[in-house]
Amino acid sequence: MRMTPVKPTLTRSPGPPPCPPAVRLGALLALALLLAGCAGAPQEPEPPVAGTSARPLSAVPSAATPVAAEPQRPSYRGPWEDPSNPLYQRTIYFDYDSVELKPQYLDVIRTHSAYLGTTKGQRVTLEGNTDERGTREYNLALGDQRAESVRKLMLAEGVGPDQMATLSYGEEKPADPGHGEAAWQRNRRVIIQY
Amino acid sequence: MNANERKSISRTGCHDRGGHHGQGPLTTARCLALSAVLACAALGILGLPTPAQARLTIEVTGGVEAAQPIAVVPFGVSEGLIPKEDVAAVIGADLVRTGKFRALPTRDMMAMPSTAAEVDLRDWSLLNMNSLVIGRVEQEGSGYRVSYSLFDVFGGKEIGSGSLSSTAGGLRSTAHRIADEVFEKLTGQPGVAATRIAYITSDGRGSGQTVTLRVADADGSNPQTIVSSNDPIMSPAWAPDGRRLAYVSFENRRAAVYVQDLASGRRDLVAAYPGINGSPAFAPDGQRLAMTLSKDGNANIYVLNLQTRELTQVTDHFAIDTEPAWSPDGTQLVFTSDRGGSPQIYRMSAAGGPAERISAEGDYNARASYAPDGKSITMVSRINGQFRVAVHDLERGFTKLLSQGDLDESPSFAPNGSMVIYATIQNGRGVLATAAVEGGGSQRLSQDAGEVREPTWSPMIK
Repeated sequence: MRMTPVKPTLTRSPGPPPCPPAVRLGALLALALLLAGCAGAPQEPEPPVAGTSARPLSAVPSAATPVAAEPQRPSYRGPWEDPSNPLYQRTIYFDYDSVELKPQYLDVIRTHSAYLGTTKGQRVTLEGNTDERGTREYNLALGDQRAESVRKLMLAEGVGPDQMATLSYGEEKPADPGHGEAAWQRNRRVIIQY
Repeated sequence: MNANERKSISRTGCHDRGGHHGQGPLTTARCLALSAVLACAALGILGLPTPAQARLTIEVTGGVEAAQPIAVVPFGVSEGLIPKEDVAAVIGADLVRTGKFRALPTRDMMAMPSTAAEVDLRDWSLLNMNSLVIGRVEQEGSGYRVSYSLFDVFGGKEIGSGSLSSTAGGLRSTAHRIADEVFEKLTGQPGVAATRIAYITSDGRGSGQTVTLRVADADGSNPQTIVSSNDPIMSPAWAPDGRRLAYVSFENRRAAVYVQDLASGRRDLVAAYPGINGSPAFAPDGQRLAMTLSKDGNANIYVLNLQTRELTQVTDHFAIDTEPAWSPDGTQLVFTSDRGGSPQIYRMSAAGGPAERISAEGDYNARASYAPDGKSITMVSRINGQFRVAVHDLERGFTKLLSQGDLDESPSFAPNGSMVIYATIQNGRGVLATAAVEGGGSQRLSQDAGEVREPTWSPMIK
């Protein structure tokens, strides 16, 4: 599903990059899925579509097996889906090759920590990402350290250790597939994924 | 091939055998969430054909001045037989791709001998050919028997011959084997035409993204999808028998290392710990797998015994330790660590113990792997902000750059050590390239659609 980003209307971001297309695109995607009767998609442009098939080397791959429709989830999963809620901002950006939290993102993390601190049944995955420079597995480790940086602050802010998991995608899930500084800035990030 | 392939959705359960996930409390919730998302995915996907399975196209982008002239005459066939492949054309192309030969075009040939008795070497001497290959394809059972002879034109004699049995569908790989025998006879070095390359492709973005792990013959033909996913797949690694691949998959929104048997498609989940499950590397014995895990807080290197499932931690440092690779004798590991402040290559005993830094220059050296003779490593080096593929001679401490791109990565030696295959970006798109280590040709391998990355060359296939 490929979409063209539209004018930003939904996002407030505490610092540069001011309005990542990832968020715009994600909001649009969520809307599209809502219209399709499949609400509750995450905000990022890479929803967790599980679809993997391993096959024998010599076998002729077969056509898709139709999957029976599953019961639909409620359309509203939580306040982080509401563009007017501070929890809507769920992306923390990093400097090149750095795992340090930048001051302008501390409030974002604290907002989520406060919510999770009072909503103990809620769990999040902290998804670490990097830009494309450097080797893929080293970047996987760098993304892991970025997610760890966020996790440590959230722990200190009172979020329970069992409420958080980390998952590094390294450079494998860019928000922007470009090969320049603008794209790289948008890709060096941790997403607080509910 | 496979133009109507659609995304098949399988392995949707949240439980795989083996490994330990460590996120038990999340599992049920995730399964529920996953079911809903899967239903959406199915609605979104049905009716949308994915691109045809693209072939890897190889261009020879550079050769050596001293490429030797060789004539590979179209093979004779017994009457009534119509082989599916032009064996001589496959052999000729294999030899040209090494950069060490140039093949005489068929139209310039003055004779088309297919038996030794028909050969008059003066015909080929007049054309300044150094070598001549002739052969025949005959029916044998439901397959073929392919025989060939190699002549030294100026020496005036036959210097090699062979007769190989081939299945009906295996004629192309039989041709690759003949190319390798001819190459070895003429250069003294084993050929790699009969080997394969594993690589990752990706096409589309977001929910429409398809990532596949594929294996193709070394000439780019016969691409086969090993696994495909809407989530990232990375770090393919060959087992030394060439029959299994280890890889990292993010399906179901978790990172896990799998080992998959190519012939049967059966796969084992070997690591799914909290945090990183990455960088699989088979030991030369095929029984152990080195990998990177961060289950105890930061990235360290572990060795998993695939038989006993015993996991041994071999590095223990607060810095990033990753990208392990085994020495050919299985006694040493090289790996990337930023323990000195920047990523550099270190070497240690595979049993654990102290590590010594072996990359000397620059502020970024990573993802090393050994040459088959163990005397050098290939790695990624950052030079003036550009990521290049380099070969570092372990005995002389000398480093040579092999590539000229900005974002070159994932170098892997051919199993005869003559070339390195790596990923590069051309016109904004991921493609593969090869570079000769010591003289020889270079090639570019691209797909007609999508990106290609993370090539890894198979071992010699017996």
